Parts: sequence; structure tokens; C-alpha cells
Amino acid sequence: MDVFLQQALNGLTLGSIYGLVALGLTLVYGILHVPNFAHGALYMVGAYVSYFIMVEHGLNYWVAMAGAGVVVAVLSVLCERLVFHPLRHAPPIHDKIAAIGILLFLEAVVQMHWGADFRRMPTPYTEIFHFGSLTLPAQRLLIIVGAFSLMGALHLYLKKTMTGSTIIAMAQNREGAFLVGIDANRVAMMTFAIAGFLAAVGATLFAPINLVYPAMGHLVIMKAFVIIILGGMGSIPGAIVGGLIIGFAEALGGYYLSGTYKDLIAFVLLVAILSIKPTGLFTKGVR
Amino acid sequence: MDRVMNFLASPAMKIVLLAAGILFPLVASSEYQIYVMALAFVWAIAVYGLNIITGYCGQLNLAHGGFFAIGAYAVGLLTVDYGWPFWPAFIAAGVIGAVLGFLVGIVSLRLKEHYFAIFTLCVGFIIYLLIEKWEELTHGTLGVISIAPPEGFGLVDFTETIPFYYLVLFFLVLAIWLISRISRSLVGRTFLAIRISDDLAQSLGINLMRNKVLAFVLSTTYAGLAGALLAGVVRFIGPDLAEITHTFDVITYLLVGGIGTLMGPLVGTLLITWITQAVQSFEEYRMIVFGPLLVVLVIFMPRGIVGTFLTWRGRRLASKAPAKQSASRVENKNSEEAGTHG
Repeated sequence: MDVFLQQALNGLTLGSIYGLVALGLTLVYGILHVPNFAHGALYMVGAYVSYFIMVEHGLNYWVAMAGAGVVVAVLSVLCERLVFHPLRHAPPIHDKIAAIGILLFLEAVVQMHWGADFRRMPTPYTEIFHFGSLTLPAQRLLIIVGAFSLMGALHLYLKKTMTGSTIIAMAQNREGAFLVGIDANRVAMMTFAIAGFLAAVGATLFAPINLVYPAMGHLVIMKAFVIIILGGMGSIPGAIVGGLIIGFAEALGGYYLSGTYKDLIAFVLLVAILSIKPTGLFTKGVR
Repeated sequence: MDRVMNFLASPAMKIVLLAAGILFPLVASSEYQIYVMALAFVWAIAVYGLNIITGYCGQLNLAHGGFFAIGAYAVGLLTVDYGWPFWPAFIAAGVIGAVLGFLVGIVSLRLKEHYFAIFTLCVGFIIYLLIEKWEELTHGTLGVISIAPPEGFGLVDFTETIPFYYLVLFFLVLAIWLISRISRSLVGRTFLAIRISDDLAQSLGINLMRNKVLAFVLSTTYAGLAGALLAGVVRFIGPDLAEITHTFDVITYLLVGGIGTLMGPLVGTLLITWITQAVQSFEEYRMIVFGPLLVVLVIFMPRGIVGTFLTWRGRRLASKAPAKQSASRVENKNSEEAGTHG
């Protein structure tokens, strides 16, 4: 039982990070209907910016997190302006390929500057808490608390503020949003900024218990895609629930089934789900 | 000017290209150049495969590099671990590519657009993970070394670069010939109809699933055979072959040359291979240029070199005959069709 709880706790940590990344992805999908393959690269850039600020410039962890959030948000908005906006009327295959182009570019730039080595990012919080027989390192606690407070803040922002409501409105009905005078450009830029910010903060939270390297975004972004398909593309609660499902499945499956193949679990789940229900688990409406 | 254009689009051009391919080893300044060219041809075959499902049929398949790796591993493992000669292993690689393509196809092609792209991205990753982790079968990260070269039955020695070059050239010509036959046939036109609109094609009575699966199986067979040839020429393969960057390389070649055109895959592959060769040190950081290049291409030149050339030529021909409105319209239509046949 203790082992189970311990693994569940690990699953919660993983799930909160996956949820944060998937949230950004699902927001962008809701607005532009673009599967942003470059999102994983933004996550990776976020980790490197934090590493740069914190390790190479010796600044505070929180300053690094904020800095990474801002830098990646700006980068994300630039992608929207320079790439996705000009392609808004193009066939769907084009913006997918363009997103891949951005991904390749960002990875190559990071690799040129920092090289392909794995880097370790220290955390200022090294205590380990004990609850009975459970152990919980402070960084994991920080991840869980941080991720869920961000999700809460995002929820409040979307529901309680005017600019937040414009994002929801546009995701629900594009034409309707135009009719009531919502500025599509502003909403798109806002959405990309939020998505970039969430990815960077997620990366900064996760980096200390993981490693920082140019390909670190690959697995995370693919799992985020699995999550938003699971939760319905464009659905915000779906992204959070899906993130937790994948997090738990991986932690428990990795322990009880096979540690070597734990990265496969998410994809096998996806294949299984889509084989049975091609539109995803929680989607409404028809294809 | 017009003469040059007409010549470039005429059947004679294909003979000139073929002759150039045959004469290349005679004019190449080193054996290394011939080797690079042979490798480029191998990749071009894989790009032709992707062109069937993505260019003609309009479904972005992101597992293509994975199927390429499966073909290479099929030959590598069958010859090294099971003692098969090259040619049976080569055929087996094609069959394995087709069978796996069929299995993945019947599941993934029920999905549309983004779902299909994401699904195949995941399939590609599963292939990579399996190749890397399933050590008992694939030797894991060590890779497969000293793969058997193709047997020449005492006539030719395919471990030499030049005979192998001609072997690959033969398969490339065969691949292009087959595609040109397919794209002109009813099946090819059916693929085009599906690319233009799923719903429209379905209302014409086209069986979407059957045709998409057919296109997908064709493309994975191409990928498998191309991978098998690569294993025969390089004779060392590792799990990095299944990495997603190779799929992206193939997409870049296809897009630069011209997606959905007959000669586009060849033009794109050769051009980029030789540009990359020209700046050797650049190899590792090629994505710094390729990434933005992909973006710029899809924004400003989505039809690639060959596609843009054909559109431009079509416009010129149309404006040449403004007096005969109806005639020019017919011509315009023809050149549009030419755009799909190249």
C-alpha cells in the first residue's frame, strides 16, 4: 500500500507538469486549430533560459522562473505573428509543417549555444518531508503546489476577466466572437503568450528533478498531445484530467509493469483509445 | 526562354536526367561523390514514398522515418542474426513495411488531419523506443554492424561503390516510373480527390478508407525498401535512424522540391544533399537553416521548386493565348494537371 501511495504521489508530480504543458497546447488548439508541434521546443527553451539565468548568472530560482516565463511568452507570440498568422488561411498541412520548422530551428539554436550535453539544474529546496512512510522531496511538493495554483489562476483569469472571456469566446465560436467585436489578433497573441509562459514555468519546475538537454521537449510534447487527445482537443478541464491520468499511468505502470518501457505507456494508451474511439475520450459532437 | 521551359517540362527531359544519372560516375571527381549521390538516391526513394501519402493523398504521416528504420533493421537483423542473404532480406523488408503499414494504416487512417498527424508522430516514437529498448531483438543502442552487402551472383561486386550506385539508380528509376504510372491512373486521381476534399471524394462514391490505406501501404513499402537499400550501402545502422529528425529531413526534401509533384522529391533531395555536402561543418547545425527554410517555404512557396515552376509555366502559357479565351482555359487546366504529374 505504501509503495502504491508513493507511486501515486510521483504520478501526481508528473501529471501536474504534463497538465501544465498540455494546457498551453490545448488553449492554442482551441483558438487557432493548430497542433503546435513547436510547443515542446518552447518548453525546452524555457528550461534553458532558467538554467542560463540561475546557473550561469547566479540569480534566484524564482527570478529565473519569471525570466524564463517572460522570454518564452515573447518567443511564443513571435511565432504566432511571424508564422501562424500568415498561414491562417493555408491548408491545415502547412501550419503543421511550419510548426515542425520552428521546432527544428529552436532545437538547433539551443544545441549550437549549449551543446548536446545533459545539464543538471540545482534547486534551492533540497529538504525531504516524511509523512509516515511516504517521502516527498520539497521540489516535488513545489511542483504539485505550483502547477495547481497556476491552473487555478488560469481558471480565474479565463472566467473572471474580460480578456480571459474573449479567449473562451473565440474558442467556442470564431464567427460569433468576431460578431461581438473581439479582436482575433489580440486573442491569438494572448493565447500564445499564456501557452509559452505555462510551458516555461512547467519546465523550470520540472528541470531540477530531471535533466536539461536539447531533446528534453520531445517526450513531454508527445505526451501532451496524447493528453489533449485523451481530454478532447481544446478542452481545458480535459487537459488537466488527461495530464493526471497519464501521470498516474506512467508512475504506476513504470513500477508494476516495466521500468524500461514506461515511456511507451502513454503512446500505447493513445493507440488503444484512438483505435476504439477515433475522436478521443471526452469529445463532444461528430468528426 | 519559353523553349527552355518547354524542354524542362517535356518527356525528353526525363531521358536527359536518366542519362545524367548514368553518366554521373564518369564525371564525378571522387568515389566519395558517387557514394553521396547513391545515398541521396536512397533517401529520394523514401521521399517518393512520403509523397504518395502526404503529397498525393494529403495525409501528413510523421512516422515515415520509423518505417524507413524498420526496413533497414529488417535487412540488418535478418542478414546478421539469422544468416539470410541480402536479396530475400530485401524483399522481406518490403513485405514487413507493407504489413506494418497496413496494420498502422487501418487504425490511424480512421483519424482525420491533426489527429492523424499526432497519431503517426506517436507511432514514429514508439518505433524509435522499441528499436532502442528491445535489446534482445535489435541490439539496442549498439546498433547492427557488418550487414551483408547485396550478392552480385559472381557478376558484380556490390561492395564497390560504382556497382552499388547503379543498383540504387535502377531502383530509383523503377520507383519514379511506378509513381508516374500510379499518378496517371484512376487510383492516383482518386488520391488527389481525397486530398482536395474527403467529403467530396466520399460523395463521388470513393471508398476513403480503402484508398487511404492503399496509399499508406504503398508509402511504407517504399520507406521499407529504401531503408533496406540504406542498410546495404552503409552496412551499419543504429537506433538514431528512427529518430524523428529523419522524418523531418524527408519532409524538408519533399517540400523544397515540390509536394505532390512527380520530380519534386528528386529535385529537393539532390539539392539539399549537395548543399549540405558543400558546407560539411554545417551538417550538425543544418536545422538552423532548414527550420526557417521550411517556414518560409510553406508561407511563400508552398508548392516547392517544381510546383512553382509548373504553376508559373501554366500562367505564361495561359497569358500567351489571351485571344482564345476558351483555349487558354483548357490549357490552364492542362497545366494544372501537369502540376500534379510533373
